[in-house]
Amino acid sequence: MFNRRKMLLWGAASTVLAGLCASVPARAEDAVKIGLILPMTGGQASTGKQIDNAIKLYMQQNGDTVAGKKIEIILKDDAAVPDNTKRLAQELIVNDKVNFIAGFGVTPAALAAAPLATQAKIPEVVMAAGTSIITERSPYIVRTSFTLAQSSTIIGDWAVKNGIKKVATLTSDYAPGNDALNFFKQHFTAGGGEIVEEVKVPLANPDFAPFLQRMKDSKPDAMFVFVPAGQGGNFMKQYAERGLDKSGIKVIGPGDVMDDDLLNNMGDAALGAVTAHLYSAAHPSQMNKDFVAAYKKAFGNRPGFMAVSGYDGIHLIYEALKKTNGATDGDKLIEAMKGMKWESPRGPISIDPETRDIVQNIYVRKVEKVDGELYNVEFATFEAVKDSGKTKK
Amino acid sequence: MASILTNLFDGVAYGMLLFVLACGLAVTLGLMNFVNLAHGAFAMAGGYICAVLVNNSGWPFFAALPLAFVGSAVIGIALERALYRHLYSRSHLDQVLFSIGLVFMSVAAVDYIMGSSRVFIKLPAALEGQIDLFGVGIGRYRLMIVVICGLLTLALQLILAKTRFGSRLRAAVDDPRAAIGLGINVPQVFAFTFAFGCGLAGLGGALSAEILGLDPYFPLKFMIYFLIVVTVGGSSSITGPFLASLLLGIADVAGKYYVPKMGPFVIYTVMIVILLWRPNGLFGRTAAR
Repeated sequence: MFNRRKMLLWGAASTVLAGLCASVPARAEDAVKIGLILPMTGGQASTGKQIDNAIKLYMQQNGDTVAGKKIEIILKDDAAVPDNTKRLAQELIVNDKVNFIAGFGVTPAALAAAPLATQAKIPEVVMAAGTSIITERSPYIVRTSFTLAQSSTIIGDWAVKNGIKKVATLTSDYAPGNDALNFFKQHFTAGGGEIVEEVKVPLANPDFAPFLQRMKDSKPDAMFVFVPAGQGGNFMKQYAERGLDKSGIKVIGPGDVMDDDLLNNMGDAALGAVTAHLYSAAHPSQMNKDFVAAYKKAFGNRPGFMAVSGYDGIHLIYEALKKTNGATDGDKLIEAMKGMKWESPRGPISIDPETRDIVQNIYVRKVEKVDGELYNVEFATFEAVKDSGKTKK
Repeated sequence: MASILTNLFDGVAYGMLLFVLACGLAVTLGLMNFVNLAHGAFAMAGGYICAVLVNNSGWPFFAALPLAFVGSAVIGIALERALYRHLYSRSHLDQVLFSIGLVFMSVAAVDYIMGSSRVFIKLPAALEGQIDLFGVGIGRYRLMIVVICGLLTLALQLILAKTRFGSRLRAAVDDPRAAIGLGINVPQVFAFTFAFGCGLAGLGGALSAEILGLDPYFPLKFMIYFLIVVTVGGSSSITGPFLASLLLGIADVAGKYYVPKMGPFVIYTVMIVILLWRPNGLFGRTAAR
């Protein structure tokens, strides 16, 4: 009795093993695996969800086979903690043998994975993180999101040209906030503008009241604002509560604050804010209208700039594979991506062959009410903006 | 001059808000000698109850506020009966481990159900904007906070000092065994007090969504502020935490306005100075037994 049971067990086990051995090599040859590392939980979760959604949408629309190979996405959640990112990237590369790593919600996460991409010689497609230095950390990094320098310098130039002379700045005291502030300051003061007040707000800031009162008392023409996307709503409400909107002080800044994902919940306080950014759900191209409609239909809300970055990121991977005829050699893929140009829902974009960073139009937009909802309506375009934040060589 | 008064007012409003959020903790920690780090979770519950009622079910804001209180109190009493009471006699370390675990569970649960992005409560138009009082800008919403919290504080003080329930509670705290001997139902008194503290936190959570922001990390982010209020105020009465909240609120706002570079540290500096001067807090009897 005992023996028979044991025999059965062995039999079952060996069948399973045989099955595994048979299926693994067959799949590895015609599948391309993409390790997608995103914050799906925690404070940055909305970034991860948008990118994940956009990739699903793209694969629905374009099929999951490219150049005869099946695309397989392996999604991992790093909760935006760089230690996790590094561990997950390593597991994906070593155990799952992925051909790409992609995603990366915040700068430290993208940097943590950079040495692994270099060592393994596989492309790292950055779809969210926005600090300039990222693409310099590995020759295998390509970016489809944006850099803060792109939007902050543009809003600085725009402000000078449009009669704004005195600006008070309010920025969150962390790397992206300081980046935004410095790039803005450079361009704004170079054009003859004056910074009358400079306040750095702690990142975990419960109440903007005292800072806003200080802004109000310094009587600027406009205030330049950069706070993490989640705090934008609180900020705009308190801005209106204190009557700053009525005293004629405009809000300007990089577009992160007015993320499409959150904008509609901010209420009418956000009306009139002018920001510079890469994407607005109200971008008036047919391609974008189709994209927004498809995204809304599939996921029930409107896409933000993170969704577009994810959509373009997976597009870049598809196109690179087409160019290499499905070859997954890292160097060939990166070569194929360099200089690639295409029309995205955000407008025409390309990958700078020198820096592997994105080149895109930056739009100046104003928050307005369209069909009862708040949108960033674009009214000026700066074409083919490169990242000016790279260290000069 | 006008901006000094506006700042003072903002500070008082901020302090009052801190007080309503933290006074339940002063009661559990000071009166019942239970270290409840999960206090902020009840505040968050109140905030989300209010948000769902107002935004999804279309309730008026002022009708949703009492419900935030009741809802959090009900959750409080359920948890007290099911979990907390087993830990009253355990060591402080056990209580800390238990309540911090509860915090993480509440964070994950709310994140799962409500999503991780910030929630805003739609306010009636009457509460938006500022009114101009002799040249001093007064935020309407903050004015409402000062009024509600001021009334609550008075009511609390009266209940504790003048009513039969208040004296029972004080007796139960001072010597539970003697209190039981006198026929006071000590567990019931504690459960009721605990629920009331949770209810206050819930109300505070609903009121603070507009000013502090409401997301699933609320209990972790503001835990430190609640603890500061209770340590500085001393946990043996209501007046202590009240004055401590006001002091910290005003110091925080003034610090951020006048020395923005030092802003975030002012509240901690004040705490350290006060604790060096009076280690048991402003009005501390020795609370630890």
